[in-house]
Amino acid sequence: MVVKQLSVFLENTPGRLFAVTSALAEKGIEIKALMLADTADFGVLRLIVNDPEKTLKILQEKGFTVKITDVIAVEIHETFKEMQRVLELLSKKDINIEYMYAFMGGTPGKALIIFRVDNLKAASEYLKEEGIIV
Amino acid sequence: MYWNQKYECMPRDNLKELQYERLKQTLERAFYNVPHYRRIMQEVGFEPGDLKSLDDLKHLPFTYKKDLRENYPYGMFAVPLSEVVRIHSSSGTTGKPTVVGYTRNDINVWSELMARALTTAGVHKNDVIQNAYGYGLFTGGLGFHYGAEKIGATIIPISGGNTKRQVMIMKDYGTTVLTCTPSYALHIAEVIREMGLSHKDLNLRVGVFGAEPWSENMRKEIEERLGIVAMDIYGLSEIIGPGVAIECPHKNGLHVQEDHFIVEVIDPKTGEVLPPGEKGELVFTSLTKEALPIIRYRTGDISRLIVEPCACGRTSIKIGRIEGRTDDMLIIRGVNVFPSQIEHVLLEIGETEPHYQLIVDRVDHLDVLEIQVEVSEKMFFDDVRSLEILSKKIQNEIENTLGISVKVKLVEPKTIERSEGKAKRIIDKRKI
Repeated sequence: MVVKQLSVFLENTPGRLFAVTSALAEKGIEIKALMLADTADFGVLRLIVNDPEKTLKILQEKGFTVKITDVIAVEIHETFKEMQRVLELLSKKDINIEYMYAFMGGTPGKALIIFRVDNLKAASEYLKEEGIIV
Repeated sequence: MYWNQKYECMPRDNLKELQYERLKQTLERAFYNVPHYRRIMQEVGFEPGDLKSLDDLKHLPFTYKKDLRENYPYGMFAVPLSEVVRIHSSSGTTGKPTVVGYTRNDINVWSELMARALTTAGVHKNDVIQNAYGYGLFTGGLGFHYGAEKIGATIIPISGGNTKRQVMIMKDYGTTVLTCTPSYALHIAEVIREMGLSHKDLNLRVGVFGAEPWSENMRKEIEERLGIVAMDIYGLSEIIGPGVAIECPHKNGLHVQEDHFIVEVIDPKTGEVLPPGEKGELVFTSLTKEALPIIRYRTGDISRLIVEPCACGRTSIKIGRIEGRTDDMLIIRGVNVFPSQIEHVLLEIGETEPHYQLIVDRVDHLDVLEIQVEVSEKMFFDDVRSLEILSKKIQNEIENTLGISVKVKLVEPKTIERSEGKAKRIIDKRKI
């Protein structure tokens, strides 16, 4: 399914990630998945949460630069084979993956994979057609 | 040693008479050829004929850098472009640079001033001068070049940068005189040491350093590490370039070349002329410039006048070391940088009012400028690549504008310290 992901600009210094997670924990936001991309000077934190709009407000109030982007979330069995199939499908359709990250799924034995692709609509429709739970 | 004893040691009464005659000519040239000067002189009801003595100069309005900008590029020239043989320019306070022009005679005068300056600093025709000032639009390189050729010295027009090659050439070509910014001289000293050499392997004896403020401590360090006598030189492109004032071996102030310029020190707030010895803003009036006569130019440099006779025999007034600026201009590796120039670039890229901070430091004796920019939502992208492209773009645009390399660092919003609602724009960590 297409889900809303929050991206947060962070300086590459100790404590910045913790500042974000603390602010969210305080307000009872649940983080489903997170990923941190880094460079020498800064990082971009990507978050999947239970309430994106509320999270956006909380972080903006704290002075963070936040952006919401649509990404594809796929729940698969925790096997390499299954992930391989998703990648194969996207590759066949010539869909470019900008980045991806995986997280433990809500159900035991399942994993959550988040994709940011260049053609979101085509990707999510195609994956649905092919019977991938999205 | 004098290059031109007649003028350098002219009795003060004669000098003042000469200044008065030349000032009259300058005012006429400006009034009848430059609309800007005619307008501002008419505004205060002053015509060239009203100049009864040098003292009347104080009734004339000041000229500011913004006047040059508003008349960009050639509006302040008093001669047609066909008479101009050279253009130089320096950074303006925002997007556009400040353009200056020279007639053939202006170039001759400037060469004469630089010949005097080099001679005053102890340089002569048998010297091999390594000129590590930047060549190009900046006046440093060519200013020294023409002066050096005039005295008949051997000049190596190496320009700035590539320090290891500088040292190799210095050693192999037997350089005796180094001309560059004082901070670059220290950087060269550092590289000499790193290359396992010492000043004893070199023939250096004199250095002529300028284009940025420095201190007696820096002089001591340069002299010890390079085994030279280090002399201070002053100038700015709007007046002519290097050679407006030069230190003599008595090292107690810089002699102003008063047959070509009138120097005043004013209170930067009230504009009132201050008596000798008092600290204020340096104001120069050109006396012989043809292409770009300049009347009461506000340099923004803080210094004082020294009128006591100098033991060297020169009769000119001296200025003390430059002690600071009246505005927020920074001098980075000899290049003038205004925070407004950087703001201008950021505005063009980000569309909104940018929050930024300039952090200047000296690493291995070289100035380093870091620009921290707060990332606003408009500038923010989800992927790292776009952010890196943005950072690179800011860097390129600023480097294009300033002509020096900079580092750009994207930072989180509200991380730049604000005092009374206004961000603190500059943190200068350099110790000079």
